Amino acid sequence: MKQGNMRILSNRQVSDRYWHMIVDASGLDAEVYPGQFFNIRCSEETYPLLRRPFSIYRINRSAGTLEFLYLVKGLGTKRLTERKAGETVDIFGPLGTPFTLQEDWKTVLLIARGVGIATLAALAQDAAERGIRAAAILSARSQNDLLATKTLQGFGADVYKVTEEDGNSDVVSVRLLLEKILERHKIDAAFTCGSKRLSRLLQEVTAVHQIPAQIALEEHMGCAMGVCFACVCDVREGETLKTVRVCKEGPVFPLEKVVLA
Amino acid sequence: MISTNKTELDLTVSIGGLTLQNPIMPASGAFGEDMEKVVDFNRLGAVVPKSITKEPRKGNATPRVCETVGGMINSIGIQSKGIAYYLENIVPYYGRYDIPLISSISADSVEEFAEMSEILASRVEVSALELNISCPNLKGNGLAFGMDPEITYRLLQTVRQVTDKPLIAKLSPNVTSIQEIARAADEGGADSLNVANTILAMSIDVHTRKPKIGNVMGGLSGPAVKPIIVRMIYQVRQVSALPIIGCGGVMNGEDAIEMILAGASAVQVGTASFIQPTAMLDILEEIKQYMRQYQITDIKSLVGQVYVQKQKMEEC
Repeated sequence: MKQGNMRILSNRQVSDRYWHMIVDASGLDAEVYPGQFFNIRCSEETYPLLRRPFSIYRINRSAGTLEFLYLVKGLGTKRLTERKAGETVDIFGPLGTPFTLQEDWKTVLLIARGVGIATLAALAQDAAERGIRAAAILSARSQNDLLATKTLQGFGADVYKVTEEDGNSDVVSVRLLLEKILERHKIDAAFTCGSKRLSRLLQEVTAVHQIPAQIALEEHMGCAMGVCFACVCDVREGETLKTVRVCKEGPVFPLEKVVLA
Repeated sequence: MISTNKTELDLTVSIGGLTLQNPIMPASGAFGEDMEKVVDFNRLGAVVPKSITKEPRKGNATPRVCETVGGMINSIGIQSKGIAYYLENIVPYYGRYDIPLISSISADSVEEFAEMSEILASRVEVSALELNISCPNLKGNGLAFGMDPEITYRLLQTVRQVTDKPLIAKLSPNVTSIQEIARAADEGGADSLNVANTILAMSIDVHTRKPKIGNVMGGLSGPAVKPIIVRMIYQVRQVSALPIIGCGGVMNGEDAIEMILAGASAVQVGTASFIQPTAMLDILEEIKQYMRQYQITDIKSLVGQVYVQKQKMEEC
């Protein structure tokens, strides 16, 4: 983990509520993996005070850039939208435990809601580079909120879109879609982010089909480096429950272990 | 001519029999092993790991932290692996460093404070004990031992009997008169006073109408609390000769100097490290710059040196 200023190469709005930022990470002397995140200082002021965690959307190793796709949710992310290309942004990371991909996997399933796809897109890129195919279910409120479809298709992923607007994003419909995909493809592993409802569904389905699955969790963070114990979740360790830090032991966990309240 | 050579600055301070190479140390609860990757611990005055409880504790419900203007409220609730884990892992880990290890203790009773203090003080790696008598997150709607002068006195007196190691009483700011509690801790046998823990606070999401943190109330920290803490350091300085460790809202070198001028001998840094992981070392450098600017060679000469000209009040 390192903290320092990175130059913003672009920072633009991509839909009603989402923005996309590219930074020059050529000075970052650390490997970055999908599932990890950076803690970004959105403002130099004392309000908002805390940094905000942003998962990595794309890693461009040859160009030395990192990309973040972010939802404008509160004052912190609002302040970040005001930062312009050419300015620098104070970034701390990479932080957290990444996703793991097994070399012998042929096809993986990704299921994400909203900005959760920002986290899974970097994984889709990594999978494509290793010759692993991906099927992706993207869920959002509206067609306008559907993110990264083209990015994922660019990585060769089969993309299935569900939205409230189209009336096919409820759990029952998504379960049917999931079962269809599982009939059509031999899925070696599944990954999720962005919705507890969908994560619970995936937990059930992957348990029945005995498919290993991983989840990237989101939680309010204080320090983001394992010190303050603000961002915790419960995981099952055998018969007992253990409270672990999302920033340090996560944000990626085996899905079957996580207690999704 | 006064030299501005860096090596001639004397940053050493003494807090109740413990000499530190400089006045900067982390606040308990805002510090852990993982910070080793961004901060050279050997450059700090001391290390203060998170408060330890006797038995493992799960901590409070999430969300455990929320932001307010110029600050944050936390309700971690001292998630702890218990003293056995602490003795086996945390004490040896920090024992490897060249600087003092101050063990912060949280307990459910006076007797438990004494029991834990005796155990921890028996370890050579532990240089001092910070008695966290002030955490507002424990049961009792934010009540803490450090809100009652008699209990504070009895607690310090009881712990004093089991160890000769320096005792730091971490006071609660959630009291009507911090002077009264400071006096009680002093008379009970404390060697140093930490002023202070977080300030009991609450924040509500007006859209959901729910409290922003799971435990409803929590402790406010960050720049918003600093003026309150500076006032309390100044007040405690009036009633006790014990060295004071200032804690609350220090974000930069000037904040630290402000607390020292109010009467603190050393300063703890908490929330600032979340925003700037290297904050403690940055603050230390800024203190040195201030000393060079005003040709101060010994940091101790600044302690309590606020110029206060009290105006004669007319009787009303």
